[in-house]
Amino acid sequence: MNSIKKIIGTLLILMMPVLLFAQDDKVDMADVMRDNGRIYVVVAVLLTILAGLILYIIRLDRKISKLEREK
Amino acid sequence: MHKSWWKIASVVLLVYTFVAGFLWDVPRLPLLQETIRNLYFHVCMWFAMMILFTVSVVNAIRYLRTFNLKYDIYARQFAVVAIVFGVLGYSTGAIWASYTWADPNKPAYNSFSTIARDPKLIGAAIALLVYFAYLILRDSIQDMDKRARISAVYNIFAYAILFPSIWILPRILPSLHPGNEDNPALDVKNDISGTMRVVFYPAIIGWTLLGLWITTLKIRLALVKEKMMTHE
Repeated sequence: MNSIKKIIGTLLILMMPVLLFAQDDKVDMADVMRDNGRIYVVVAVLLTILAGLILYIIRLDRKISKLEREK
Repeated sequence: MHKSWWKIASVVLLVYTFVAGFLWDVPRLPLLQETIRNLYFHVCMWFAMMILFTVSVVNAIRYLRTFNLKYDIYARQFAVVAIVFGVLGYSTGAIWASYTWADPNKPAYNSFSTIARDPKLIGAAIALLVYFAYLILRDSIQDMDKRARISAVYNIFAYAILFPSIWILPRILPSLHPGNEDNPALDVKNDISGTMRVVFYPAIIGWTLLGLWITTLKIRLALVKEKMMTHE
């Protein structure tokens, strides 16, 4: 049991520089949503609003069609 | 739902406007900076408004030629949606102007009183007020035929004042608004770059089609309502 702990401990200590190095390199994760001053986030927000409004207008369209059929 | 290609086209063009309008390159101009992207939104409101008012006046004339009440409903609903686009154009313009024309030493809301005296803004305000009066006049008349006839004639007059107040008057008077020398809105050929035109023209079509979509919904609702009233 003790030896396993020791081995894991040694491994963790050995990995620390790797972790530090990785952190240094990857502080701002270079995914799309953080590029270009995060303009993509704004685009995502706007597209969500646009999608919401368009879904709403489609629903209205359907409801009015239903009213027209009832006549 | 009435499935139509132009409704899909409207959605596609608007999504394209929002994505390309924010991500594509724009010319780096002093003062305007990134606000130049407002071209795809603010200016398109006015284009959509003009087109919808034109359709409205055409329907008013059609009513006067045929005395078919259907055209009266068309004319009214197109005018209402055009007014909505006009109000949106005016208020987005107010925000934009507050940050580009305003005295940087004063808060934005403080300089708006000076900006609002610009002839182009006054012209647009007059045009919108004339159309507000159209709605009030129309909805205050009870008799259906009289209402349709008077509002159709008024619609033609309103359109006739819309033109001088937003196309002619601003050309004569000095103004801060871009494109002062010859074109009241802007000189599309020289003022904006090719990359912007690629987004700008589809944006106009997309917004106009959205306006058309809303209008058709309102027209269909009004027709259903009228049918219900006559059936009772």
